Amino acid sequence: MTLIEVEGLTKTYGSGDNEQTVLRGIDLEIQEGEFVAILGPSGSGKSTLMNILGCLDGYTSGRYRFGDKDVTGLSETELSLFRNKQIGFIFQQFNLLPRLSAYENVELPLIYQRSSKADRQTRTKQMLTRVGLGDKLDAFPNQLSGGQQQRVAIARALVTNPSLLLADEPTGALDQANGRQIMELFHDLHAEGKTIIMITHDIDIAREATRIVHVRDGKIEKEERVR
Amino acid sequence: MIRENIRMAWLTVISHKMRSFLTILGIVIGTASIIALMTIISGVTDSINEEVATFGADRMTVQIEDASKSGVSVAELDRLEAIDGVRSVSPTTTQQTDVYVTGQTSTQSVIGKSNSYFDDSTVATGRGLTPVDVSQQTHVALLGDTLAPSSEFSMSTDEAVIIPVTTALQQFHQNTIASFDIYTEAGQSETVNEAVTQQLTTAFNGRDTFTVTSFEDALASIDQINALLSMLLVGIASISLLVGGIGIMNMMLVSVTERTSEIGLRKALGATPGKIRQQFLFESVLLSLLGGFVGVVVGGLLAFGLTLVMGVPFTLASSTIGLALGFSILIGVVFGYIPARKASNLQPIEALRNA
Repeated sequence: MTLIEVEGLTKTYGSGDNEQTVLRGIDLEIQEGEFVAILGPSGSGKSTLMNILGCLDGYTSGRYRFGDKDVTGLSETELSLFRNKQIGFIFQQFNLLPRLSAYENVELPLIYQRSSKADRQTRTKQMLTRVGLGDKLDAFPNQLSGGQQQRVAIARALVTNPSLLLADEPTGALDQANGRQIMELFHDLHAEGKTIIMITHDIDIAREATRIVHVRDGKIEKEERVR
Repeated sequence: MIRENIRMAWLTVISHKMRSFLTILGIVIGTASIIALMTIISGVTDSINEEVATFGADRMTVQIEDASKSGVSVAELDRLEAIDGVRSVSPTTTQQTDVYVTGQTSTQSVIGKSNSYFDDSTVATGRGLTPVDVSQQTHVALLGDTLAPSSEFSMSTDEAVIIPVTTALQQFHQNTIASFDIYTEAGQSETVNEAVTQQLTTAFNGRDTFTVTSFEDALASIDQINALLSMLLVGIASISLLVGGIGIMNMMLVSVTERTSEIGLRKALGATPGKIRQQFLFESVLLSLLGGFVGVVVGGLLAFGLTLVMGVPFTLASSTIGLALGFSILIGVVFGYIPARKASNLQPIEALRNA
């Protein structure tokens, strides 16, 4: 089943002389359960594409369907609720809240969902255990290694059981070994049927995915199936 | 959600202890001054009321204007004394004159009084005036404390000589009295006031050349002055609260700017604009409420110390505390609103870009 369907997507910043077109007509379809890498150099528009796919940013023209829902025209509040339910974000810099423990960081999306305390507790613990940090519930981000922090972030992205995992250079801030572990985790998640979109500029990382979408100058240059 | 908001607000406030402290200082000062001022004013009012209650709340003073032409005769006083609710009438007629005491001459007040004056005043040695002294115009005198150290009157007559009012009128070649006090039965002061006014108006052929001042009037005007004073002082203290509120707004605006990435992340994770607004409002209210609490404690201690020094009763009314804390919350909401709205309006993408 098709999860994401994008047609003729464009994005323009500014107006008049300062106008800058970042995306010039993107057509993209992503099936449920796919592991897709969006590959491109910096300035190619891949980050803008990720922001639009993650409903963090609007687009200038085109069409974006997520599942059976047209995302166009949703209000700020509706978009927030949509992101909460449907999309799990993983960032290059982990973006954990430094004053909250690992447990509290993972619990956060569930709080915004108004889940019951008991439900939050079960799912948060379960997810942290799933990423191998069952013994680090009360650790604060600064007491964890980069790899551990990224795994907390992944647990946070997974805890609401979203339809899509959206990862922006997930291994960009990690050393080889830790990066490897994160990629193994992605493979496991993919094997479990999760849909993953990963943005990267690194061709080796991109090759971990099942499909690579090459983006250059705001357009899809080519698509290649890896496996 | 509310518990999480309070927890988050608390974490943020204690993670910047110095900054939070300086931010709430304005609120602390404002609340402390309001608490201290209101407590002291109410203490002073209480002590005045208490004093008035012991020294003749049932007393009124009648003052005749232009007394050289039209005073009140002794016979008229008797008629006033006959009014229902009047306990007694105590006339006063005063003259500055030379007095010879134990071979020394000095200028003193010689005050004509009647026997009823001694219902309320005590005599240290000798006796007070009697009805016979008044009716017979006897030549007796009571000396104030300063003049004759062995006798004692109340403070105001310490340096005076008191003689029967009839004797005074005769000696001073007067036949009317310009001023007298009326003592009423408890709770009768209002009706007596009306009756006395009516009777004197008739006696003066409708001319309004006298004033009746009851202690209740005086009390009312003291209350009025106190209320005015409270309003003024609390107004000044409110300005300090206002400044404190601006301080909170400033700090919250800085905080929003510093935490753009946190706001963006929260939005990405599903926080709606309303939730973000709520979070920042909780924070500003927590700050102002903390300021309010500290202010109540500081103001209470200050008031306690000052009332102790001033010798007035100390009562910290719970309504005063409630008012101060309620005001703090209001300030947190009012001055926190703009920063909170700014935070909630941040686009998630703008916010995350700052990460």
